[in-house]
Amino acid sequence: MANIISDETIDYVGILAKLELSEEEKEQAKKDMGSMLDYIDKLSELDTEGVEPMSHVFHVSNVFREDVVTNGDDREAILKNAPEEKDGMFVVPRTFE
Amino acid sequence: MSIVSMTAVELAAAIKKHEVTVKEAVEAVLDNIEKKEDTYHCYVTVDREGALKQAEEIQKKIDDGTLNGPLAGVPVAIKDNMCTEGLLTTCSSKILYNFVPTFTSEAVLNLQKAGAVILGKTNMDEFAMGSTTETSAYGVTRNPWNPEHVPGGSSGGSAAAVAAEECFYALGSDTGGSIRQPASFCGVVGLKPTYGTVSRYGLIAYGSSLDQIGPLCKDVTDCATILETIASHDSKDSTSVERQDTDFTSALVEDVKGMKIGIPRDYFGEGLNPEVKEAVLKAAEVLKEKGAIVEEFDLSLVEYAIPTYYTIAAAEASSNLERFDGIKYGYRTEEYQGLHNMYKKSRSEGFGAEVKRRIMLGSFVLSSGYYDAYYLKALRVKALIKKAFDEAFAKYDVILGPVAPTTAPKIGESLSDPIQMYLGDIYTISINLAGLPGLSIPCGTDSKGLPIGMQLIGDCFKEKNLIRAAYTYEKARGAFVRKEEN
Repeated sequence: MANIISDETIDYVGILAKLELSEEEKEQAKKDMGSMLDYIDKLSELDTEGVEPMSHVFHVSNVFREDVVTNGDDREAILKNAPEEKDGMFVVPRTFE
Repeated sequence: MSIVSMTAVELAAAIKKHEVTVKEAVEAVLDNIEKKEDTYHCYVTVDREGALKQAEEIQKKIDDGTLNGPLAGVPVAIKDNMCTEGLLTTCSSKILYNFVPTFTSEAVLNLQKAGAVILGKTNMDEFAMGSTTETSAYGVTRNPWNPEHVPGGSSGGSAAAVAAEECFYALGSDTGGSIRQPASFCGVVGLKPTYGTVSRYGLIAYGSSLDQIGPLCKDVTDCATILETIASHDSKDSTSVERQDTDFTSALVEDVKGMKIGIPRDYFGEGLNPEVKEAVLKAAEVLKEKGAIVEEFDLSLVEYAIPTYYTIAAAEASSNLERFDGIKYGYRTEEYQGLHNMYKKSRSEGFGAEVKRRIMLGSFVLSSGYYDAYYLKALRVKALIKKAFDEAFAKYDVILGPVAPTTAPKIGESLSDPIQMYLGDIYTISINLAGLPGLSIPCGTDSKGLPIGMQLIGDCFKEKNLIRAAYTYEKARGAFVRKEEN
């Protein structure tokens, strides 16, 4: 395998991805990511010098519309989906001591 | 003919002529669901009560003339990644196990305006990441042609529900083949429209630059009719395209005289099952006999489509799936210390293995130091792939090839080797990268009796060429009927 993924890399990606992997999952992730990157490295065979990256297949420019509220007050229905709710607000763990 | 064997357009016509009531149609299909769901498991949620209630309301509107379109009164199944107000929408993930949307996706809304009865939500690969419907957190769906085999994916529940007559038609979504491949494996018609044709508003995002909603149905007439109904310009989706040419049923014409069809040699090389190859080439021969000009050509870059796709799709997925944080909706872990630990634990417990694999890869290719080498490189190759198609469509009206290298694999055979599984997407994936429309239509069965699909690919906004070619082929082929297993 050409791409060896270190423990540090997996831990770092875990932070970016907000995922907590078990030791077993980490080992599997190292293996999977290594082989995926080996596979993706195939793209380096192609000369893309001077080719503009294409993020969208059609030409799109900013799409503007008037900033007018069209939806109603769905607060109650939306909060029904919240794992925890209090006084019409989402409850989150304490972030400041 | 039994009610459930009718196509969507046939049923709507029968309802209009008062030969069948909407309630009778809904009851017939609900009975069929009850009979077959234990075997196939096409649905995550069946809304029995809701469907019967809708039937009553829609019947009234048909009777008083408010609803008179070609799909009025016809029951439909919706892939479980499209939001439906008041109806559980899980994306087949544990992380959305209790999510009840407060709004309905635009494509579904368009169907409801046309008088569709929503039967329920179909099973899929978790967050549409997979090709077999085996990554669902709610169990596997089985192929109605042979329950030991997968229905394909990720819209496997939708394709199987159409094949098993557990609905009259269904909506699916296609990011790298997720409508066309299950349509092929289940012997039904499926179409991924040109990017931007159907609004993505309310479609739970996977790879936003690639996702499109489209129909899975029994024949080409249904396909054109459904597409005509769901296509709309929507200011709520900033990538929605304003099109004036959405009268897709006008292309239901039995005539391909002079149509130029290109067969990419690169699609018929190593890795293609010989039975699939033979069936697809035979179908091309049929179109040639009907007057099409069929020739082989080299498309090029085919082997680069999969690594390009998985880089871009994983990058977009890692960003799109950041919204699942255990705060606003969905699953939250039981025990945690502080905010970040809560995020991490909720996500790690809520997402399945394939979803985590793609989020990790996506986070990596977007991370500082690797962004240029992987993500930007993939976007550059995407531009080259698009150019290769542009050159092909300067010569041809339609590109014809297989949908997948094989017929449906057995359940349990695919997930162990991700790269091997990704290779199965080789003929469908580049179409999403280039934003093109692609249609899958049954063109035979293999020696095991499993269906084979032919793929017709068009230039952007040229769905009508695909519909015309598929309709002409379908007339020549005749009925494609599943042998009912017992």
